[in-house]
Amino acid sequence: MEVAERIGVSADAKASIKLSPADIAKLALPAAALIISLLVHAFVPDVQIVASESEYTVILFIALGLFSAWAIAGLYRRKLLASLLYFSNIITLIIGLLVVWELLTLKSGALPLPYFPSQVKILDAVIGDREKLLVCILYSVRLLFIGYLIGAVFGLATGVLMGWYKHFQYWINPFLRFIGPIPATAWIPVVLIVFPSSFTASIFLIALGTWFPVTVMTWSGIAGVNKSFFEVARTLGASERYLVLRVAFPAAFPLIFIGLFMGLGTSFVTLIVAEMIGVKAGLGFYITWAQAWAEYYKVYAALFIMAVLFSTIITILFKIRDRVLIWQKGLIKW
Amino acid sequence: MVKTAEGGRIAINGVSRVFEDRTDGDQAVIALSKVDLDIREGEFVSLIGPSGCGKSTLLRLIAGIDKPTGGQLKLDGEPIDDAHPSRGLVFQDPTLFPWKTIWKNVATGLEAQGVLKERKGEVDKFIELVGLKGFEKAYPHQLSGGMAQRAALARALVNHPKVLLLDEPLGALDAFTRMNLQDELLRIWRERGTTMVFVTHDIDEAVYLSDRVVIMTPRPARIKETIRIDLPRPRVRYSPSFFEYRSRILESLQLVPEIGQPEYIV
Repeated sequence: MEVAERIGVSADAKASIKLSPADIAKLALPAAALIISLLVHAFVPDVQIVASESEYTVILFIALGLFSAWAIAGLYRRKLLASLLYFSNIITLIIGLLVVWELLTLKSGALPLPYFPSQVKILDAVIGDREKLLVCILYSVRLLFIGYLIGAVFGLATGVLMGWYKHFQYWINPFLRFIGPIPATAWIPVVLIVFPSSFTASIFLIALGTWFPVTVMTWSGIAGVNKSFFEVARTLGASERYLVLRVAFPAAFPLIFIGLFMGLGTSFVTLIVAEMIGVKAGLGFYITWAQAWAEYYKVYAALFIMAVLFSTIITILFKIRDRVLIWQKGLIKW
Repeated sequence: MVKTAEGGRIAINGVSRVFEDRTDGDQAVIALSKVDLDIREGEFVSLIGPSGCGKSTLLRLIAGIDKPTGGQLKLDGEPIDDAHPSRGLVFQDPTLFPWKTIWKNVATGLEAQGVLKERKGEVDKFIELVGLKGFEKAYPHQLSGGMAQRAALARALVNHPKVLLLDEPLGALDAFTRMNLQDELLRIWRERGTTMVFVTHDIDEAVYLSDRVVIMTPRPARIKETIRIDLPRPRVRYSPSFFEYRSRILESLQLVPEIGQPEYIV
């Protein structure tokens, strides 16, 4: 689809904003799904006890309102209409899946509690535990941010030095090869004893897990830069500092970004495992804690929040990349 | 534009370059063997010869991005021992920095030397000189081959080099762009008085552009002959005298089969 868009296959869209019957059907599908969802939610009797019945109704109404606003705006702005038509199928599917899930759980109990809570039950946890969850999010984000930043900075530094200086590569490479592949989380037993607090221990682990991929990709990125770039830059009067920071580094950035992306993935894993085992706060801790009480709907709530949070963080990283790599052709969109 | 090139005299004395790490059979590759060549201030000299004759190696030595294993190179009496902005370089591949816009690519030399702030105007001037006005904000991948090579030329010129070293700069371009850029090169050369050292495979190009054509041979890689082109400019590519020079170079390169000589000599 992306390729098709780039070469302009779907760009012919609509000459004037005139809706064909097929378009109208496409626009009506998500709305119909939302209305069915509302009807099921309101009129099929529950077999389980939930607190957020009306909140879920409100959410469905808001979704319907937003969708209608989007559709109406689409009548005036072609771009909005095109995106709506593009996304209508997948939106319908997602709403449909939610309806099926509600029927299987809340409305029939076909999938038993506590392992398979309905979305309304999960909403109970999000609403009922909102303060606790908010604190957990803040703790997680703080830990992740500090750990990732330290790991990325050290990774970039080690990678640049290894890529640029043969000597540095000689001395560091064996350690990198030996220690790097160990999953950061495997260090937990050692690290929890060595470090003064579980907080510093987790930061070290996240930083370590991030450091490895960032180092490897930065190193290979810098080592693989076209030598002619350096030759040309030298004849233009570039100092070594300029060659490293203004030639090698930007030229290697496409690979460096992959390292940063891989490091981010590792840091999510390390964060949650560290929180589940040592740290007494954060989303990972919340999950273990809810599990201990067999409150699985809270586990799902935490998973949902994690999905939103981590996806947002990755989106931010990709946005930064798009800015920095504006000069590259054919970027993968996130 | 002011004629900026004061100096630009190149003296090459007994220069050799042996690559110990590359082998031809079990012998180290001798890319250049005892080459002598003097290039006058503001002269346009072409180096021509089959691949492996060491012309690009010689150019890299003059640029200072490679070092000779024997002999010495001097620019205006000063030994050449490293790359320096007084000697600009343009490759066949424009090697523009893909992460920089055209403006920033051209500005690289000034930025690297920390004088960009004071001399911003020159970047625009050189972009205009090579005919890329309006493309300042474009990225290299958006340019055609000829335009990219113009940008590379502007980037090399922005430092006011005394010598411009061109390694088959037009080799990858189509015939029309090529002839067009040859004239542009001559115009820039006339305006700026820069010494030009031009490596090429193309005999017509060498005759059309140069004051002197230096013919090189491989094994041993050295200068075989130097031919002065005494034709008024602008030169006519199809004039009889043009063809005469062309034939002389062909003969010197042994590309004209003589009667009774086996053809496999080439």
